[in-house]
Amino acid sequence: MSQTQPAVNPFAEMQAGRPTGPLVQGYEVIIGFETHTQLTTQSKIFSRASTAFGAEPNTQASAVDFALPGALPVMNKGAVQRAIEFGLAVNAHVAERSVFARKNYFYPDLPKGYQISQFEIPVVQGGSVEFFLDGEKRSVRLVRAHLEEDAGKSLHEDFIGMSGIDLNRAGTPLLEIVTEPDMRSSAEAVAYAKELHKIVTWIGICDGNMQEGSFRCDANVSVRKPGEPLGTRREIKNLNSFKFMQQAIDFEVRWQIEEIESGRPIQQATVLFDPDTGETRSMRTKEDAADYRYFPDPDLPPLVISRDWVEKTRSEMSELPRVMAARFVKDYGLPEYDAGQLTLSKATAAFFEAVAEASQQAKLASNWVMGELSRRLNIEEKPIEASDVSAAQLAALITRIADGTISNNAAKQVFDALWTGEGSEVDAVIEAKGLKQMSDTGELEKIIDDVLAANAKNVEEVKAGNAKAMNALVGQAMKATKGKANPAQVNELLKKKLGT
Amino acid sequence: MSAGTPNNTNTALHELGVAQLAAKLAARAVSSVEATQHFLARIQQEQLGAFLATDASVSLAQARAADARLAAGERTPLLGVPLAHKDVFVTRDFPTTAGSKILENYRSPFDATVVSQLGVAQGAGMVTLGKLNCDEFAMGSGNDNSAYKPVKNPWDMSRIPGGSSGGSAAAVAARLVPAATGTDTGGSIRQPASLTGITGIKPTYGRCSRYGMVAFASSLDQAGPMARSALDCALLLSAMAGPDPDRDSTSLDLPAVDYAAELLAARPAGAGDKPLKGLRIGLPTQFFGAGCAPDVLAAVRGALAEYEKLGATLVDVSLPLTELSIPVYYVIAPAEASSNLSRFDGVRYGHRAAQYTDLNDMYKKSRSEGFGDEATRRIMIGTYVLSHGYYDAYYLKAQKIRRLIAQDFQTAFTQCDIIAGPVSPTVAWKIGEKSDDPVANYLADIYTLSSSLAGLPGMSVPAGFGAGGMPVGLQLIGNYFKEAQLLGTAHQFQLATDWHLRQPPSL
Repeated sequence: MSQTQPAVNPFAEMQAGRPTGPLVQGYEVIIGFETHTQLTTQSKIFSRASTAFGAEPNTQASAVDFALPGALPVMNKGAVQRAIEFGLAVNAHVAERSVFARKNYFYPDLPKGYQISQFEIPVVQGGSVEFFLDGEKRSVRLVRAHLEEDAGKSLHEDFIGMSGIDLNRAGTPLLEIVTEPDMRSSAEAVAYAKELHKIVTWIGICDGNMQEGSFRCDANVSVRKPGEPLGTRREIKNLNSFKFMQQAIDFEVRWQIEEIESGRPIQQATVLFDPDTGETRSMRTKEDAADYRYFPDPDLPPLVISRDWVEKTRSEMSELPRVMAARFVKDYGLPEYDAGQLTLSKATAAFFEAVAEASQQAKLASNWVMGELSRRLNIEEKPIEASDVSAAQLAALITRIADGTISNNAAKQVFDALWTGEGSEVDAVIEAKGLKQMSDTGELEKIIDDVLAANAKNVEEVKAGNAKAMNALVGQAMKATKGKANPAQVNELLKKKLGT
Repeated sequence: MSAGTPNNTNTALHELGVAQLAAKLAARAVSSVEATQHFLARIQQEQLGAFLATDASVSLAQARAADARLAAGERTPLLGVPLAHKDVFVTRDFPTTAGSKILENYRSPFDATVVSQLGVAQGAGMVTLGKLNCDEFAMGSGNDNSAYKPVKNPWDMSRIPGGSSGGSAAAVAARLVPAATGTDTGGSIRQPASLTGITGIKPTYGRCSRYGMVAFASSLDQAGPMARSALDCALLLSAMAGPDPDRDSTSLDLPAVDYAAELLAARPAGAGDKPLKGLRIGLPTQFFGAGCAPDVLAAVRGALAEYEKLGATLVDVSLPLTELSIPVYYVIAPAEASSNLSRFDGVRYGHRAAQYTDLNDMYKKSRSEGFGDEATRRIMIGTYVLSHGYYDAYYLKAQKIRRLIAQDFQTAFTQCDIIAGPVSPTVAWKIGEKSDDPVANYLADIYTLSSSLAGLPGMSVPAGFGAGGMPVGLQLIGNYFKEAQLLGTAHQFQLATDWHLRQPPSL
């Protein structure tokens, strides 16, 4: 219950024994995140005004949002529900009792002169976010996630010599998710942010729209020589794209190292990233930091969440991505990497499962969903829900690869035909394009004999042990069969004939 | 505006209490329009500074609506009776200033819950005569902190009426209104009621919705009725109380109670009757010490003797932290106020300085010009006690003592049913007497602050007169949710005494 800052950095102790990341010019990079996720409630956190984005200024604000005299906040249960869901999704403790506090400061877009947030006792405590980085499993510990209201917006562009205030956003529910300083590189930070984004959109508590500010990250960045105490951190505010996130952190790390190397100690500061210049610049330093005079909001009783509520929520939640990924590894025998990629979104996972179930070829299904399908979707900037090839079509296609009817290359031609609408039934497309693999061994043997006769030099090299020459022979044979031969069969016949 | 038809019925209307006037209206012996015109005429003549806003056309329109309901056969206890609201309740039909320049000409787009519960449109059918003067943002105990004008005590125009609901108290005492709403944060209903010889009750914290009350100290603010008798207060409180879960998270989840029903069933005690037999009245030793003026003590002791006659037993109890309630209150209330008053920044509504160089300059000038001395003082105190490095020593410690104060009351309530004592250590003082001494003002709150901090219901009941013929109130403090018991205890006293019927000599 104390506002007094401890003299010793409490994180230092917690960091003991944590793995270090790649050093940058001999410095270890330490990153912690604070992410503001806008919750998907229809109405605001303490009023009944709508949260919809993009309305005319000040049309979606009530007496509470305008902070009119006599107006009082009333908690939106839907926001609490979402906080509970998040807590369960990251294996955190959902507090039985948490407290709303007032963060006092003056700003025109903060109508009450204070923001209602949670300070000493947040609703979600602890937890962790797990993800893969370069095939290695990482875990970032969460300190807390707390409910708070968003501020309005100042409009500086449309008014000559004056500023406008739009309070439509004021009172929008946010869940601020705070990590320990557990990340050791910009790549790890981005991977964390992507995983967190996946979790909140997967469980549906946030629409994840970064352009509209529904998912905003602040990165606390510091550097130190390995083994030394934590350095002074600077906070990069409002990173609203994964690309900028990495650029901003990389710039900040280089800047901090340069400052230290030049003998200038880092000052605690809040900085903004400018995507146009690729640089971070200081907004304010610790000296101008406000004293927020936090105290429990007397307008709101402590937020009490019963165990029943938490357990009911747990029982109603859909399978979480990491649970689903584990199931994909266990039930389908997929590599962890595949399972992670396929569970990036609920829709992708559902598509994969449909293909895998219908084709009974999980690895092939995974390869095709992550490969050709994903490539085409990216090119056309389509979500998987709008895929031009249905899960049933892809499953039929995969079945024909698995039973040896067509080669993988031929399958790509079929896929293309399905995608463009040239055909809709897999077998019909195979028939129409004549893509069926050669199954007559006699005919294939004759072709291979011709190939061997025409490529004596390669034959010699193969016999001398050159594997590349073997590939060339396979290629020639495939070319001669116009791709209709089964490459595995060609390989086998070649080996037999060459006696290797 | 016409002063109403000068006939015998109308000239006597202001002599009637709420219950009596309601009966006359129900009998259709007088219309709500006639009653409204009568009171408006008196208000127009008033020299007390009790009113900040009136609007005859609005009041008469409401009266006509009440008359229509009466004509349609509706008979509810408050239908057609006029009242006025303390100016901290926001109203759609009248400006709301909270006694501050910073809200000059402010008009709320909505009515406070209490206002609509009492009103004609959706509520009990009372007619609003206007808005009543008060200390700025309800901060004060003399009503001399109003930014507009001080309020005078109708018993002696050279004296304060008490505060912060001083306009409400003076208007009821001077028979300008049959009843008024007040708010009590640290005694702002009970103390002016005591100093003007009327009856007022501050219910349990959360009993009445705070929605639409301009907030001073959110954890303490509570609305309540002020009228001439406990019965009239009971009638109003029945309409004002009740949960408001969609608008005030701190409102109690307890259904509204018909407080008047029980009182109306009570009969005056005959000779030798002991209607309060078994009632234990606790007298905190700390309320009867040297700090209380002898004239006040004498009146209070006289009232307690009356209670003994009615069958009650007097027992000594102790509230050892009473003295600490002053510093505790003057840490917590300003802390909350400093935050609650931040919204008055000149950006969206209220006073904005005419000239400023930048945003900070606009804030500073608008607020410096808009707030009076006492509000400014409390904002500064509150900002200080919440500041980094002082929070633990002041705010947090005050909250701990606050819990201990509440525990002390619970200990006392194991020995008694109701606690009694003076409301104010002195009778009303002269206007200007304490204006330059805020601490002297704060010390005068000693008997009301502790029950406010504990969130307990409390009343002031006229108990006699002290120095200068000025009224003295008896304070009754009940346990949580015991408003009915408090009102009943006061009602028995008022059946046996006539202090509450005394009028200022000037009338």
